[in-house]
Amino acid sequence: MYITRKAEFSASHACWRADWTADRNREVYGVASNPRGHGHNYLVEVTLEGDPDPVTGMIVDLKLVKDVINQEVVEVYDHRFLNHEVPPFDQVVPTAENIARDIWKRLNGHFQEGPARLKNVRLYETDDLFVDYTGA
Amino acid sequence: MVKVTRQYRFSASHRLHSPQLSEDENWQVYGKCNNPYGHGHDYVVQVQVSGVVDEDSGLALPVEALDGMMERLVLRDVSNGNLNDLPAFAEVVPTTEMLAIEVDRRLRAGWSAVFPEAWPQLDGVRILETKRNVFETIGARI
Repeated sequence: MYITRKAEFSASHACWRADWTADRNREVYGVASNPRGHGHNYLVEVTLEGDPDPVTGMIVDLKLVKDVINQEVVEVYDHRFLNHEVPPFDQVVPTAENIARDIWKRLNGHFQEGPARLKNVRLYETDDLFVDYTGA
Repeated sequence: MVKVTRQYRFSASHRLHSPQLSEDENWQVYGKCNNPYGHGHDYVVQVQVSGVVDEDSGLALPVEALDGMMERLVLRDVSNGNLNDLPAFAEVVPTTEMLAIEVDRRLRAGWSAVFPEAWPQLDGVRILETKRNVFETIGARI
């Protein structure tokens, strides 16, 4: 079965490529292309897959999941300007799609061993836009 | 491959009443939703798209293109009016099941004009009539 833990972080980003003209950036990213950046209250939902332990009745200790998410994502992203402070976003544009994929990369290694596997990362950029990534 | 979900809102009224049923039968089937004056909801429409992330832009879905399409094909028509007045619901009861099928159909019909490439593809729509009533075509048979 699946179990999901949520976490929030606030960060700024600019959907802007320095090697593109301002017009091209504007055309592709619209209002998000202001190079000075803007911010969101991001919400990430991390879904794991596993079977409840016959003794504890738990798939995984959610405290450990919370600690991994805090260490790998919240402490890294929270109150940062992603383009300037958080690799790989000095190289790739921190769109919601790319942030969801980066969160997957940061978390996946922690769930190779043990009782649960990473199943889905859902990243809400706003209430009205979210991305799901399952690793492939 | 990622899935991108974009959410929209609109307000509209509707009355659930089937001309194929008697007055009594309509009341039995639809209850309060059969009120002749109609009633309204703040509908929430979620559109789910599957796409491949373009490695230059970092985008799987140009959101503004979908926003424009939703405005032209759906929101302009359904916002702040009575769904029963729409030609699409002249013969069809505007339940939210039928509304979800109608929105899905409109997006599918207009899709290739806005998104001519292989990706992104429309997975379907999810409509929240209220916070508690949710209707979905994604991965479903319609």
